[in-house]
Amino acid sequence: MMTPPRMGATHLCTKTGTTRAYVLHPFAICLLVPVVLLAACRQDMHDQPRFKPLRQSDFFADLRSARLPVQGTVARGQLHEDSYFYTGKLGNNPGDYMPFPVTEEVLARGQQRFNIYCAPCHSRLGDGNGMIPQRGFRHPPSYHDERLRKAPLGYFFDVMTNGFGAMPDYASQIPVRDRWCIVAYIRALQLSQGATAADVPPGQKVPSEPPVFGEPGSGATPTPTIDGEQR
Amino acid sequence: MQIFHRSTNTISRATIFGAVFIIAILLWGSIQWQRSPYVTYAKVARPQPVPFSHQHHVAGLGIDCRYCHTSVETSSFAGIPPTKTCMNCHSQIWSGAPMLEPVRESFRSGKSLVWNRVNDLPDFVYFNHSIHINKGVGCDTCHGPVDRMPLMFNYASLQMEWCLDCHRAPEKYLRPREQVFNMRYEQPSSDKPATLDGKQYTDQLSLGTDLVHKYNLRSVADITSCSTCHR
Repeated sequence: MMTPPRMGATHLCTKTGTTRAYVLHPFAICLLVPVVLLAACRQDMHDQPRFKPLRQSDFFADLRSARLPVQGTVARGQLHEDSYFYTGKLGNNPGDYMPFPVTEEVLARGQQRFNIYCAPCHSRLGDGNGMIPQRGFRHPPSYHDERLRKAPLGYFFDVMTNGFGAMPDYASQIPVRDRWCIVAYIRALQLSQGATAADVPPGQKVPSEPPVFGEPGSGATPTPTIDGEQR
Repeated sequence: MQIFHRSTNTISRATIFGAVFIIAILLWGSIQWQRSPYVTYAKVARPQPVPFSHQHHVAGLGIDCRYCHTSVETSSFAGIPPTKTCMNCHSQIWSGAPMLEPVRESFRSGKSLVWNRVNDLPDFVYFNHSIHINKGVGCDTCHGPVDRMPLMFNYASLQMEWCLDCHRAPEKYLRPREQVFNMRYEQPSSDKPATLDGKQYTDQLSLGTDLVHKYNLRSVADITSCSTCHR
């Protein structure tokens, strides 16, 4: 916020010989007092000399206040003892088992994370026709072709962790356990696309009931603009 | 001797009577001014090194908030994506666009892009994103219709009265957890009832009151206590 303009002070100093000055005095004071008070209470406490996340630091050459751990150090609880859990590999080859039991909760988590991080390219069906390839990114392969149907689980984990072809790695965006949840969900997605009516448990509906609330981007809810007008 | 002109009588009477109103109007005016975008910058788009459009990426492409703001569910800070997240797609899409040159330059050199903070709370306020997300406060409840913002601005004043509006009566705003990231969520109404845990709701207050219990919200006395936010 700006400091109050100086011109107010000249009003306070005008001679009091005219009636106009009498009217101006309380007027100017009333205007100035809140301005001065409000101006005084903004700055220093608002911007304290401490680091919030991603705040700039002039001390370091790259201007980052957040620093990487010193090389060769391991923070508590971050030792990657279980190498299969962190790499998906047994020796040099991808393993074909999940490092933890797959429950409904794991699959639900996997579905949610898949729809956030993978669906933009791979689409929610896993056929590779997501929005980003439609806009020019190289098409990813469908999960439902022969090669990927037979790929071991650890392979998917490795691709998410290190990237593959045009696909960048997602190691920084998706935590390790979530990557495994997504692996489980991809396998479920592959099974679902090859499923028959006989695989549906009795009492379940196919297709499932539509969601109660509109999903983002599904067109289930109208598109009001900020002004409340339809576009 | 007559010092003052006769008209002074009228003026002074009018002034005494009018002063009450003038002072009241000035006080009201200064309060409104203090709440206005001139001070709060609410709904004022900030200049950025790259004119990033949330509207295009969220509404146009259907990318989830969490694709970029990865830490919003688990951390106090939602996270501004690193340049690499931009390059996940823009290594191939619009890879020659002059508008995106600062992004490519940052990726090549490893120097951070310096974005202008839009939703900047004062440093004397403790704020944690994850608790709000996990208790059912939708993104757009505070951030407004981000999916309709071509350039980013803060939707709310971020003033204390605004925080307290919700902390005093959270049931007015809460929504089911799985709807938090739905930018087109609508509160239940008699036209569009919502079902949660097998119960149908036709108004926000009954849904919100049940969610307050379901998500174990602290009491209003607790969440309006000074030290909850000023710790």
